[in-house]
Amino acid sequence: MAMMTEDELRDLGEHVAASLGDAVSDVRVVHGQLQMVADAARIREVLRFLRDDASCRFVCFTDICGVDYPQREKRFEVVYHLLSPYINARVRVKAPVGEGETIPSVIEVFPGAEWFEREVYDMYGVFFTDHPDLRRILTDYGFNGHPLRKDFPVTGFVEVRYDEDRKRVIYEPVNLQQAWREFDFASPWKGEPAVLPGDEKAQAQGQVQEKAEDEGAAS
Amino acid sequence: MSERDVSVRNFTINFGPQHPAAHGVLRLVLELDGEVVERADPHIGLLHRGTEKLIETKTYHQAVPYFDRLDYVAPMNQEHAFVLAAEKLLGIEVPYRAQVIRVLYSEIGRLLSHILNVTTQAMDVGALTPPLWGFEEREKLMIFYERASGSRMHAAYFRIGGVHQDLPPELIDDIGEFCETHPKVLQDIEGLLTENRIFKQRNVDIGVISVEEAFARGFSGVMVRGSGAAWDLRKSQPYEIYEELDFKVAVGRNGDCYDRYLVRMEEMYQAVHIMKQCVEILSSQKGQGEVMVDNRKVAPPRRAEMKTSMEALIEHFKLYTEGVRVPEGEVYAAVEAPKGEFGVYLVSDGSNRPYRCKIRAPGFAHLAALDYMGRGHMLADVSALIGSLDIVFGEIDR
Repeated sequence: MAMMTEDELRDLGEHVAASLGDAVSDVRVVHGQLQMVADAARIREVLRFLRDDASCRFVCFTDICGVDYPQREKRFEVVYHLLSPYINARVRVKAPVGEGETIPSVIEVFPGAEWFEREVYDMYGVFFTDHPDLRRILTDYGFNGHPLRKDFPVTGFVEVRYDEDRKRVIYEPVNLQQAWREFDFASPWKGEPAVLPGDEKAQAQGQVQEKAEDEGAAS
Repeated sequence: MSERDVSVRNFTINFGPQHPAAHGVLRLVLELDGEVVERADPHIGLLHRGTEKLIETKTYHQAVPYFDRLDYVAPMNQEHAFVLAAEKLLGIEVPYRAQVIRVLYSEIGRLLSHILNVTTQAMDVGALTPPLWGFEEREKLMIFYERASGSRMHAAYFRIGGVHQDLPPELIDDIGEFCETHPKVLQDIEGLLTENRIFKQRNVDIGVISVEEAFARGFSGVMVRGSGAAWDLRKSQPYEIYEELDFKVAVGRNGDCYDRYLVRMEEMYQAVHIMKQCVEILSSQKGQGEVMVDNRKVAPPRRAEMKTSMEALIEHFKLYTEGVRVPEGEVYAAVEAPKGEFGVYLVSDGSNRPYRCKIRAPGFAHLAALDYMGRGHMLADVSALIGSLDIVFGEIDR
């Protein structure tokens, strides 16, 4: 079966939006894939509909992951990817979750979600309610913090080494032998608009602005 | 004491992290009732390197080599998913010859992975000869990797916009020659295993899973095909030139370890068949041309050009220091990797570094279902089951 065209996806999106009402919003097609934003509290209902509805049948669970947007009001986004082998399409459901907020676990809809939710919890600290076993999964036993948050340093806080005297592996605060290098990728080729101090006296106000805009467009 | 204490306690053992049948650093806490597995709790993350975090701090080009180190058994298939995702965001069309080369090397990766899996799984259940025969073939394939990219495993050969360099004609001929001789070796391995009484006793009816359950648990690739779903991304959502190639999708019936073995075996024959077609295209007139897009914002200029052109030198410098600026947006791209659907969810904020790069590894979902599939089986069946899940910790732990 051929993949769904963008028009077909758009129709499907309208159908989903009409059926689910205000549980979903911003339904659109992005890069040939259906995408929608769901209300975090009603995520189970949304996914169950997508799984069971006769024209969707997104029965194949693909992925759950988190994304961190520190500047947003609701900082985290839990992103669900589903696949329908019947209509040969994928769907992405995004549920915004604020820091300290919870989101219902979808294990009863897709049993495969268990480890993926554990991973999101481990990496971002998003709590899933009704999860039977919400432990850390990828990080070390007794790890502190949530490493994929944008405010977590790449170097981490502790490092491990084998201590010859104590005959065991010990944890120590990170000691960088060389300062962490944060590369500045701002392109020197583009340059700042060349406004010299004093220019504004020689030229009328409007002209300076025009010039700056021209340069902005050129870069 | 007249009353005897009759309470029976379940026995808990640690399987791994240094068990040869654990296929890497898997710590499996098994709760046993006698020899029957009551509960399996895999502890993963012992190989966690924070790949996703590292990718967020590197440019798009610097992210490619991290993908080799995920499933290090079939490195280029992983790179493929990432470059496809980046190309989707950039809106780039890859030249035809590069697409053929990518398919050729993806299939080599499939052979690499399946040979390793089939033979070591056989070793887990008691056979020693298959890995010895299989690894000889893997060696030849890794030399093909080396001759294309300079590295036997961590190739970094697929780049955004194509592949790094063209293949020398002799290499293409040698791959063609390999395709002629390899099926014979596969037949030999098959002769050792397919009708082998011990191998069947250990694998038939072990770890059975239905199609519905497999889909709901996020299975993909051989794990769903073994259960009877004819689902292959190369057929159903074709990328590169798979649409114009002739190959069949192997499908099992019972969803047990033995059927998954049979599917892998057949996929290897199909992979050789695809490789033959790619070799043919690459040597024909149709397959000639560039292997990299002609776009200086994405692909570097040729060395020779840089000797004389100042512009080319600047472009080269800019590309390798600042990297590619990928337009804002988000995309999910998946390939049919040997182990299943390997996906990359890429979020770009318009800068030269990925904002978020989620790696969806097939083995992660498969291993998560070990508890479900292993319940009620004997302890010895767990190693057969782990073998047939095709687990590589590089991709599960990331």
